[in-house]
This record gives sequence, C-alpha cells and structure tokens, in this order.
Amino acid sequence: MSTESTTDAAEDVESFRLRARAWLAENMPRIEGKSNADIAREDENGVYARKLQKILFDGGFAGLCFPVEYGGQGLSLAHQRAFTEESGPYQMPTVLNIPSLSILGATLLDFGTEAQKKRHLPKLISGEEIWVQFLSEPSGGSDLAGLVTKATRDGDIFHLNGSKIWSSGAFRADYALVLARTNPEVPKHSGITVFILKIHQPGVEIQQIKMATGANEFCQEFFDDVPIPIEDVLGKIDDGWTVASRLLFHERDAMGGGSPYLSGQGQRGHGTSNRSDLIELAESNGTLGDPAIRQLIAEAKINETVGEQLTARTATAIKQGLVPGTAGSIPRLYSAMTSERRQEINLEILGTAAPVWEPGAPSRQKSLDYLMRQGGSLGGGSNEMQRNIISERVLLMPREYAADKDKPFNEVLHNQTPTRPR
Amino acid sequence: MDLELTDDQGLFRETTAKFIEATCPIDTVREWSESEPHGFNRKWWSQGAELGWTSLLVSEEHGGGSVSGHGLLDLILVAEEQGRRVTPGPLLPVNVVAAALSEFGTSEQADRHLPGLLSGESIATWCIEAGRGSILPGGPRLQATKDGAGYRISGVTAPIEAADVADLFLAVADVDGVPIHVLVDAATPGVVVSEMESIDFVRRHGAVHFNDVSIGAGSLLGGVADASEQIDRLLDLAVVIQCASMSGAIDQVLGFTLEYAFDRYSFGRPLASYQALKHRFADHKIFAEASLATTVAAANAVDARAGDASELASTAKAYIAQSVTSELHDFVQLTGGIGTTWDHDLHLFIRRAVQERALLGSPADHRERIALILGLGAA
Repeated sequence: MSTESTTDAAEDVESFRLRARAWLAENMPRIEGKSNADIAREDENGVYARKLQKILFDGGFAGLCFPVEYGGQGLSLAHQRAFTEESGPYQMPTVLNIPSLSILGATLLDFGTEAQKKRHLPKLISGEEIWVQFLSEPSGGSDLAGLVTKATRDGDIFHLNGSKIWSSGAFRADYALVLARTNPEVPKHSGITVFILKIHQPGVEIQQIKMATGANEFCQEFFDDVPIPIEDVLGKIDDGWTVASRLLFHERDAMGGGSPYLSGQGQRGHGTSNRSDLIELAESNGTLGDPAIRQLIAEAKINETVGEQLTARTATAIKQGLVPGTAGSIPRLYSAMTSERRQEINLEILGTAAPVWEPGAPSRQKSLDYLMRQGGSLGGGSNEMQRNIISERVLLMPREYAADKDKPFNEVLHNQTPTRPR
Repeated sequence: MDLELTDDQGLFRETTAKFIEATCPIDTVREWSESEPHGFNRKWWSQGAELGWTSLLVSEEHGGGSVSGHGLLDLILVAEEQGRRVTPGPLLPVNVVAAALSEFGTSEQADRHLPGLLSGESIATWCIEAGRGSILPGGPRLQATKDGAGYRISGVTAPIEAADVADLFLAVADVDGVPIHVLVDAATPGVVVSEMESIDFVRRHGAVHFNDVSIGAGSLLGGVADASEQIDRLLDLAVVIQCASMSGAIDQVLGFTLEYAFDRYSFGRPLASYQALKHRFADHKIFAEASLATTVAAANAVDARAGDASELASTAKAYIAQSVTSELHDFVQLTGGIGTTWDHDLHLFIRRAVQERALLGSPADHRERIALILGLGAA
C-alpha cells in the first residue's frame, strides 16, 4: 500500500491534475522514441509493466477509481481522465489496462466477497497480480453461454475440465476468471459458474497461439482435473451468467474507451494510437504535401475525435438511465469500424512501404498491423454480435430465434469439448 | 440533443417543438412551398422570433438574450427541432448575421439592423459562397477595390440562402487578397438578386450580383479591415447550426423508419425481426448518436470560444455531412418503394441534407480546414 499518499477524495480535478503532472515528471520515465505499445511488445512477460505499475501504486496514482479500502484512490472519472491526459508523454503500463484492471478488477469489485476483494484487489492494482479472462472456447465464441468446459463439484472442491481460447497474455498472468458449466440439466444460462483460477498450477496447460502477424499474445488453455476450492467461486454457484454479463459490460466499456479503471493512456480500441503518427508517417515518406493524403489524415483525426465524443455521450446516457448499459456496444462497434477504416488509411499513406521496407524500418509494425485489421471487430464480441445487442437491447427490435431457449443444456445440440493434443 | 440540458432549456426545446408541430407540420411545409412566395409565412417567422429564434446569439445590451447563458447551445435545440421537421425559414442566415452584428458590429450598425432582425420584420443573410472552397483562406470571393474612404465591389456570390427575401447582406469580399466584411442593403444600386432553382424547395437559394457597387466606409463590419477572424467565427457558428439540423433529421428519420419496420409485415413477421435489417438499424443508430455527440461537443467549444472551436466545428460538419445523404438513402432502401414517392417525406429530408452537405463547406473542404489547423499546409 502507498505510505505517503493521503489523497483527499474531495481534491478538485484541476489541483489533482497539477499534482499528477508534477509527480509524473518526477517519477515516471518518459517515452523516448518507442510508444507504450512498442514497450509492451518487448516486455513479453510483463516484468517491466509490473514495475511501472508499482511505481504508480507507491505514488498513489494507481487504481484511481477503485475504492481506497481495496488499494485504490477513490477518485472520480474526471480525475482519471485528467491523469490519462497528463500521462501522455510517459511510459505507462497500459498492457495492464485491458483486461486486468478495467475488466477483471472491475468485475471482482462488483461481485467479490469482502475476503476475495481484500485478498486480490490491492495486489491487482499494485501489479503484483495480473488477471485475465477465460471465456471463449474452441467450440464457439459468439454463443458464450453455450460453453462446454465443466466444473464438477465434489464436496467443497470443483474439478475443472475443458479448454479455453483467445485469452490475451495468459502466460504472463497469475489469475483468471473462468466460466464453466456446473449444471448441464438446466437451460444454458442457468448452469454456469464463475471461478477465480490460479493459472500456474498442475493440470493447467497454456499454449501460445501464433497469429497472422507472427505475434503470440493470444493463448489456448487446457484443464485436466484442476481442483478449485469453493471459496474461489465468484458470485453465486450456477448464477455465473449474471457475473459474466457484468464482465462483458466492463469489456465493452473498456474496448469502447469508457472505463474508469485505467493506468494512463493508450490501449483503447485497436489502431487508435497517438494522434501524430500518421503525420509523422506522411512526413517520413514525403507525402504530407499531397492533398489526398492530407484528406486522409484529417479523416482519421475526425474519426478519432468523434469516437471520444460518442463514448462520452453514451456514458452519460447510460448514467442517466436513458439507455441500458448494453448501449456500451455503440462506442464499441464505432471503435471497431473506424479501426478498420484506420487500417485502410494506414495502407494508403504507407504506399509502397506497406508491402516492402528496409530492414528495421520504423513503419514495419504499421504494415504488420494491417494483417490484424479485423482484430478489433472480432475480439470482445464480433461486430455482428454488437449489432444484435444494439438492435435488440437498445432499439428493442425482436430477438433472434434461439433453438436452445429454455431447453436443458444436455438436450441442446452443441460442439464437444476438445481434447488436449498429445 | 444535449443530454445535459438545464430545466429552462428543456422547456425551451419542448415549446419550440410544440410550436412547430402546431403551426408548421410537414404537410404545411409542403403547402407553403407552393403557396408562399418565399417558402415560408412571414407572420409565422415573426412568431418564431418572439419565441427567441433570432435573439439567442445577440447580447442583452443589443436586445437579445439566451435561455441558458450559452446562446449557441440554446440555438442548436431550435435547429435540431427544425431539422426533425424540415422546417422552412431563414434560421441559419439570420442568426449568423445577428451574431456578427452583436459581436463585431459598431453600435451604429447594431442599432440600425438588429431590431428588425430580432423582431422578424427584416431578414439578413451571409454571402460567403462564391465557388468551390469559399470557406478556405484564399478561396474565391467577391472582389473589392478601395474607393476613397469606401469600396467598390464586383462579382457574384452564390448560392445564398434566403437571398430572394433578404433586406440586408453581410458580404465577404477580397481587397488585394485580404477579406473584408461589408453590410449591404438589398436596395443598394447595383445589387441584383437572381433566382436559382434549389433541390430543397423549402429553403431557397439565390445569386447576389454586385455590379460595381459603391459602399461607404461605414458599411465595413466593425470598421475592421481584415475580416479573417470574423469569417472563422461566423463559419463555426453556421456549421454548428447545420450540424444540429442534420443530426435532428437523422434521428427523426431513424425513429419513423424503425416504427415502420415494426408495423410492416412480410412472410408473417415484422420487418424489424429480420437480422439483415436489424444490423443496418444498429449502424444507423451509431451514426445518429455520433452525429448528436459531435454536434453538441462542437457547439460547446464554439460557444465557449475554445481554442479548438474551429477544429471541432469542422470535425462535426465533415463527419456528419460525409455520410448524411447516403444514410438517408439507406432509409429509403429500408422503407421500400413507397420511400421513393413524392408523398413520402423522405425526399424532403434528402433535399435538405444535400443542401446542408454542400453549402458552407463540403466535407472535403472541412477536412482541408482541419488539415490546415493541424499545421499540414499545402506544400
């Protein structure tokens, strides 16, 4: 815990901003040449990110919007925004924002018992623990509640068997929230439980997945009779869908850029990196004077600005109860669509540097990023799922037909649990 | 609409909406477009003026006044409600010139022109359009030459909203490459207005010809010899009004098309139940919300004269105008054949949007304006 900071919850945003500005200049290393994303790429095991997070924590600038009793600072979203703005020139452990702080930390805060919160949140906020989510399964991503990984109860112990996929950075993480089927004899949403799972233990095997770009951030996990004590159930047994729905809300919020649980700038939607990178790129290949290129740079800037405005408007609408929390899908989908567009703009401005570059050229990563153009439109619920959510939950249009509605899960046609490759 | 309205603003918005509903529903809009010589009823415009439609950007000392202390935030409520109903009347040109007189005019100019504009008795319009890129520095303009203490002005400015009905023009002209702003009575010798055909038959546009028009020094707005800053300010105000109108239109059309999708059945199910259509409605919802969000953000910045006011105004205009017309046409597609007919209201919205998209800077012009603000000057 922080020893020197006694942040007054009533500190106004502007004086907090000045204090943060002075503290950042004094304590955090500046970004020099490399972006936070570059730094994170080189820090595969998250050692440096943990170190940066610890500096923030010791200085009283970690977990700004988490309650004081769990290691946070109990401040408002306005304080967080001010800090995020001030943190621009500094190296920040942005890799911890999603999912550790803004999704898992937030969900733990909502559903954890007092003991669970006291045990984990301060460590999560200080960077001592990194958390990930084990949600999607190889048998299907969009129909999350149709999951087949199961946890079988034996007294006060559950035994976990099955497989999860698309967990980001599981190899560097310490804990996961895992969704598993605990009762197959009831309809799918009613028989799921969420568990707190210690990742590095016998019976858990992690494989990194090599992506189209060559990156291996995503993982698949295999569970072979992994014991989980009953005190690690998050929320109620068989009521995990309530917890998962909230987790997905936090995920949309985080991906759409609205989460208050952050450590500084960056890592919102894919592809919306800092503002001047396109200008630098055009400058470096001599196309800045080209009117067509200037139009594209302005368009990228417009899309980014409108995204921020849309995120703020949606957050206000949700807060005022004008729309349900699922309206978080609006900025989420906007962000994914403009990210696709941004990748096209990158390609146009890169010109011949898109396919071919001198070894080690700084534009290399932009070229490779293009291969993952759809990343933001698939991760965290595909664009098609977001459109279902917006049309059904926000516009109240009729729900899609579901063949598994009200049927016990074991009577529903579904894919089988994959077995671990030997 | 701004989600954080004061109680007074909420009431003002409601009063405005009810007044338009009661006096000028779309059937009346269509009727006036044929029966009224300028597309709207002058007595009705004066009633609107009494509700505050012309006074929100004018200071109290000049006889104006806002609802909330933030006149532009109040005015976008009117513009949005008008956009929802394709309302006629010179809301944008009158407010822009009234703001110019109140903010920049000499007291003689303000005293002479503002009372009539505030009451609705007289009408003024801003003459900046003179060809592609008029809103940008160095764009095409009327040409002025020094003539003793005054100027002589020549050229054509077009298309100008409400030119046919305006008593006063606030015209932009270039003197050796430097823009000036001059107040010109419509009755001035050498000023000739010619009719143009407008796709938006509700709000009409004309051309204003300056045939070697002699202007006294007293006509220079505020006596200022370089109007560049005035032009930027008025442009910001004008495009925010356009954006509020366009976002009102989109939100309204989304609303009634969605209702239609619920009411209309094919193959035994409502159109609203088809996923292919639901997904498009989701995309339209995003555009509607983003349009409202960027309009309100721009209005706040312009109202506060923030450093990024011009950037945010152009952001809103470029973002909304780039897609508003194709969005509206997708509502035609969702509506089906009936949406392409004269009797359906969609074409009125499309006519208005085509006009608002192109005038006072196209989306490309506003992207160029942003590029200039970002420091990406032409090479």
